[in-house]
Amino acid sequence: MTVTRGTVTIDIDHCKGCELCIAACRPAVLRMSEETNENGYRFPLLEPGCTACRACRDVCPDYCFEVFKFDRPVTS
Amino acid sequence: MVAKLLQGSDAVARAALEAGCRFFAGYPMLPFTDLLEAMARQMPAVDGVCMNAETEIEAVNMTLGAGAAGARAATGSCGQGIALMQEAIAEAALNEVPFVVFNMARGQQDYFQATRGGGWGDYRTICLAPKDVSEAVEHTQLLFHLADQYRAPVMMYGDYLISHTYMSVDITRRDYGELPPKDWALDGSKGGTGHSRQVWTWAMGKANDPGPGPDLHWQRIAAKFEEVAAAEQRWEAIDCEDADTVVVSFGTCGPFVEQVVAELREDGVRVGAFRPISLWPFPEAALAEACRNARQVLVFEVNAGQMIDDVRLSIGGRIPVRPLGRVSIDFSGMRQGEILTVGWIRDRVKAAMQEVPAR
Amino acid sequence: MTDVAQRKVASALAPLQLSGEHHLCPGCGHPVAWRLLLEVIAELELEKKAIGVVGHGCYTNIVQLADIDFLQCLHGRAPAVATGVKRVHPDAAVFTLQGDGDVASEGLAEVLHTAARGERITTIMLNNGVFGDTGGQMTAASVVGQRTKTSLEGRDAEAHGYPVPVADLVASLAGAAYVARGAVNNAGSIAKTKRYIKRAFEAAVAGEGFTFVEVLTMCPTGWFLPTADGPDYLEGTFEKTYPLGALKGR
Repeated sequence: MTVTRGTVTIDIDHCKGCELCIAACRPAVLRMSEETNENGYRFPLLEPGCTACRACRDVCPDYCFEVFKFDRPVTS
Repeated sequence: MVAKLLQGSDAVARAALEAGCRFFAGYPMLPFTDLLEAMARQMPAVDGVCMNAETEIEAVNMTLGAGAAGARAATGSCGQGIALMQEAIAEAALNEVPFVVFNMARGQQDYFQATRGGGWGDYRTICLAPKDVSEAVEHTQLLFHLADQYRAPVMMYGDYLISHTYMSVDITRRDYGELPPKDWALDGSKGGTGHSRQVWTWAMGKANDPGPGPDLHWQRIAAKFEEVAAAEQRWEAIDCEDADTVVVSFGTCGPFVEQVVAELREDGVRVGAFRPISLWPFPEAALAEACRNARQVLVFEVNAGQMIDDVRLSIGGRIPVRPLGRVSIDFSGMRQGEILTVGWIRDRVKAAMQEVPAR
Repeated sequence: MTDVAQRKVASALAPLQLSGEHHLCPGCGHPVAWRLLLEVIAELELEKKAIGVVGHGCYTNIVQLADIDFLQCLHGRAPAVATGVKRVHPDAAVFTLQGDGDVASEGLAEVLHTAARGERITTIMLNNGVFGDTGGQMTAASVVGQRTKTSLEGRDAEAHGYPVPVADLVASLAGAAYVARGAVNNAGSIAKTKRYIKRAFEAAVAGEGFTFVEVLTMCPTGWFLPTADGPDYLEGTFEKTYPLGALKGR
């Protein structure tokens, strides 16, 4: 069972594949894609379990993340 | 006209304040120091700022900041101190920040530095060289106007004699005409409006309002200085129309050469005096015209030959251009030395005229 | 999950930020510092009083990206230029944004004199120990052992001397009212650094004196590292030479 409290939008076109968000994500729900964007960079994908802690947005040098908090957690 | 007997540095400071100068920064170096001290005494009374900067480089950069913020700002130094300021003078020419630089030089050896500019880039610096304190007062106010009119740093070539001589002068504010408002100046007020301001040599502009970029920006600035060159030449020509020999000098050497010419004219000698008042833009055409009937041009400057390059460019090889002066500095190292006397100059002019006989 | 009601808790762009597109490297720490600076200016409602004086480095790009008044100035000279600006506009929130090359190398006289004079301005020094914009040469702040283009075997104290701890020097001056050192290599440090920057602006605007925040940032390019290794390298080397925290003032 996974509890998800929020979600993010990721601007994959501007991602430069630095992976700082992967390490910063506290619930570890980001993993890098296999495919690449138009600039040749892999980008993060979101898995269930986001807590809307905003660490990804805080560390991202390319301003790729918007963070949303759910009104009530979702269990899946 | 209200005249007061004032020492040169004091007169220049008062004239600057009359022109609206409210920020001054400098580092002590004689003979500029007297101007710094005069500013320190006088600025508080007009709620202005006088900074005794810790270095010349900081002084000129403070002045650049004050000018970019919209104030009438000035700095100054001499010789090696001006050399330290060249980077910032060039920067201000390229990012279009106005301020006045008072080069209270140690004699006449700063001509190259004042006119060629020691900084990077395709820029020019208006440089006015007053012959006495009265002209220095006039130039002081004119320079603040020119700096704002053209949005550029400008320079006065003064010296020890200007700094220390007492003269009866009128420092009342002169009116040089309307200037556009400084809506480009930084004050923070446009922050968050989408129209915030930017002062940058590279003029790249903002993401929502791109600028021309360095290539077009620097081309425009080069073209601006060509306009300035055409419009701001100043000179004084005395008795040149029928002169066999024209003697060229600048700054405080001017009155000495004037006196020599007056004395020789009384003896029936056809000699004239030409004094560029703007060292840049150098009055090339006016000098060529003044020497139209001459057989030679003599250049009296107290250095190893600096202004003579500009004289040669003006004359274009048509007639001989010969140096009269040399390096000559007094025991203090602050001012022109032993050759700056009417007698010394007159003897050399007469000798030179023997060598190229009159018509 | 998309039909659950939700609210935005963090925007991508910072307030006053015109664009997120910049030319800095993947994994660079500077853009995080930019965001903190702009958030502080917006939260303190200083956008109509803020005038930034920016030195020379990759971070200079901010003068195009942020909607506040900027003056881009000569390398090292920003504190002197800012002094002139502040003396003309004493009510403005005047700050400088510079790198370690700009401050510790070229502009050490400027920052120390400005701090000693207690000019009511804030200097933010982004410290990654390299001249990044020119390809990664050593600065006066590069740490011993750090490999750069001019110290390829690692900075050697015998040959290259020791780094200059600018924040400590500034803190020793009576005119400095608040001095702190932060970092942007993890979310916790980022949050603390934002508080340092906010305190620095508050103190300068309140007229307490000169305020200084050194911000350690990652430069994986200059450090010859994969981007993901930047944060650990910063912690393992830079933080040892430059301890984090408030050095002066509360």
